[in-house]
Amino acid sequence: MSLRFNRKYLCIPYAVFLALFVIAPLIVIFYYAFTNGEGNITLSNFIGFFASTNTLGTLLYSFSLSIVTTLVCLLIAYPTAYILARSNFKKKYVLLMLFVMPMWINFTLRITALKEILSLIEGNISLYPFLNSVIGMTYDFLPFMILPLYTSLLKLDNSLLEAASDLGANKFTVFLRVTLPLSVPGIISGITMVLLPAMTNYVVLDMLYNSTYIMGSLIGGYFSAYDWHNGSMISLVLLVIIFIVTLVTNRFSDKDANQRGSIL
Amino acid sequence: MKKLKSVVSILSALALSLPVLAVTGCANSEKSVVLRVCSWEEYIDLGGWEEDDLIDIDNPFIEGSPGIFGENSMVDDFTEWFNSTHDYKVKVEYSTFGTNEDLYNRLSLGDEYDLVCPSDYLLMKLIAEDKHVEYSDAFWDTENKDNHYARFVSPYIDGNDGSKFNSFNFATSQNQNENLHKKAACFMWGTLGFAYNPEKLVNTEDVATWKMLLNENYLRQVTVKDNVRDAYFATLGIIKSDELKGGELDSAAMSRLMNDTSPEIIEKAQDVLKDVKNNVYSFETDSGKADMVTGKVIANEQWSGDAVLIMDEAEDEGAELWYSIPEECTNIWFDGWMMLKDGINGNARKQEAAEAFVNFLSRPDNAVRNMYYIGYTSAIAGDTVLEYMDWNYGAVFDGEDEEFDETLTDIYEYDLSYFFGDADAVLYIDARLLDCDYASVTPITEEIEGNTYNVYSGLAVNRGRQAFAQYPPENVAERGVVMLDFGERLSDINRMWINVRCLDVKDVAPVTVIVVAVIIALIAAAVIVYKFRYKLLIRHKPKKGYKKV
Repeated sequence: MSLRFNRKYLCIPYAVFLALFVIAPLIVIFYYAFTNGEGNITLSNFIGFFASTNTLGTLLYSFSLSIVTTLVCLLIAYPTAYILARSNFKKKYVLLMLFVMPMWINFTLRITALKEILSLIEGNISLYPFLNSVIGMTYDFLPFMILPLYTSLLKLDNSLLEAASDLGANKFTVFLRVTLPLSVPGIISGITMVLLPAMTNYVVLDMLYNSTYIMGSLIGGYFSAYDWHNGSMISLVLLVIIFIVTLVTNRFSDKDANQRGSIL
Repeated sequence: MKKLKSVVSILSALALSLPVLAVTGCANSEKSVVLRVCSWEEYIDLGGWEEDDLIDIDNPFIEGSPGIFGENSMVDDFTEWFNSTHDYKVKVEYSTFGTNEDLYNRLSLGDEYDLVCPSDYLLMKLIAEDKHVEYSDAFWDTENKDNHYARFVSPYIDGNDGSKFNSFNFATSQNQNENLHKKAACFMWGTLGFAYNPEKLVNTEDVATWKMLLNENYLRQVTVKDNVRDAYFATLGIIKSDELKGGELDSAAMSRLMNDTSPEIIEKAQDVLKDVKNNVYSFETDSGKADMVTGKVIANEQWSGDAVLIMDEAEDEGAELWYSIPEECTNIWFDGWMMLKDGINGNARKQEAAEAFVNFLSRPDNAVRNMYYIGYTSAIAGDTVLEYMDWNYGAVFDGEDEEFDETLTDIYEYDLSYFFGDADAVLYIDARLLDCDYASVTPITEEIEGNTYNVYSGLAVNRGRQAFAQYPPENVAERGVVMLDFGERLSDINRMWINVRCLDVKDVAPVTVIVVAVIIALIAAAVIVYKFRYKLLIRHKPKKGYKKV
């Protein structure tokens, strides 16, 4: 028997990783979500979730927090990425580095520093829990929004913009009808990279003294109370939400990619 | 994040436990044993002391030693001592956990430990689940000079009837009157109270009650532990404040009150906790210490050991913090060593090694090392510990001492006989370090070591600095309640806790809902408009001479 090297073998490490740390835990989550303490199959976990005003409130709170965070990130990141990508700075890579560099520092350290800054500005920071959480999350996730936007704007073909100007479009029209549509894939991937993690990143809330639970802390709360069933159920609900959001955004960006030709 | 990871760790835990099983399945005749110990993070002396850390008191346990000094880590010292005195070797695998729940989850996921050091309620839970191994009779033989735990444990903790380990009973399925005696060996113990900054209080008496958490004078300036048990205890203290303060309750009645988990009380606690949530700075797990020291909060609910640490740290920063134990009652808690059936597995040598480990930690000089290192209070009494307390806090020194304060005139005779089991166990400490009603008594003028002092004694002390936090006086110890495991009520109390922490849709103001709805509608509209911008907004009017395709 000869041991011939096959390129397929290269994916074995990843397949093993996937099976051990993604698929197997998912099966465990499924099992726990649909069973109760006695091991019987039940749907009561889910019914309990959607019947409780508290858990629905948490869902609402998580959504508001992550949507606001995403919007703020987008509003800050788009102009930044645009300027960075379209400018003729020789040193624009240095500038980009400045934005990306905070990512290399552990985020708990950054949030600890942010806490001190906010305390200086606001005085007692526990008076503005929602605002602080948004600031903290924006601080944490901004690079994830800038990077995809930057790459998609960088890829932009200059000749398209010149053509638009030649054909009489003013700067604003060029932006609205050429630049913006072409950067939609970047916007979409930026949004998915911020919106979904922001719903579960409760460490930021904990560190900035927001005592209200979001989805992530709710799961943690159940797990630390040995309640694997409800914790897994919420994880599953989150998973479904993530799945739907990804599905919607994918469809959005694919169609847009196809439309690229029609824009011209 | 740690909690999320635990799901993923199921598999890795299983995978890791396989080789361990293979190692531990051996018979008794082996020449070495592996002792797997799991304890709290930062709960044991790790050695590496600087020269000026030397505690220069008499150390009868190491011949010719200049005092008590942690050169190497406690675990290494134990291994060295054990291997040189036994005919087989021990290897200690020391690991740590962050919360009791973390440890319990690890145990239920199949991690195996021989010796663990959780808090009282988890000890009770483990006993109820019959996971423990009782200490052998040889462990309790005070004739054997190596049985340091049996010889030196405080009569307050685990002496005869009336000590704390025997004073409360909890029901298990096997036994209605179970207690911790002989099943666990207490390591550290303490109280629950408030660490506070006296300068910023409106009235000092404010910290004398659990109602501090609802006091509007301190809106958003007090923190509570982010932990359902400590929060629930404080809440019961608020709800039952009048009952606790009013009548003369015996300890059994007090214990019943503070372990009340009836549905009505849980419901009431939920409402009170929601108010607390709106009034406090935050629920904190570990940030409270730093926030106290940096002055972000005025007071925080704190365990006595951490309170000592905070006071020490604040002192370095030039701030003076105090510790108060509310007058309603306090939670007396223990962390204790328990051997586990799954780990020991009938291996007599392993059990011997585990008991030797507990005894080694209980050797008074080692107890002092741990106390010095972590700030908590050991369950070990004995002269060496008392001497250490005197070294730490004693106000009466001879004139040669560098820190001798000649201006000191008022001292307090701090009586610790209840803990040390010795009528002479008193500390003379600076009266300014305790907050009590000095005006109500006339001091005795006494000459000690050639100096004349006004000596106060016998007052009720409810607030003080390090010495008070480390060893509560007897009047506080008497109102200490051990908080039992929630048992079957756990899920109800947890639901209550989650309800408190979650945003209830019913509590959201309609205005907010409308605003959120409008924003979401606007976003949706923008997306739709963008999608159909060609059809809706931009009229493709063909120029003259062109035709629209």
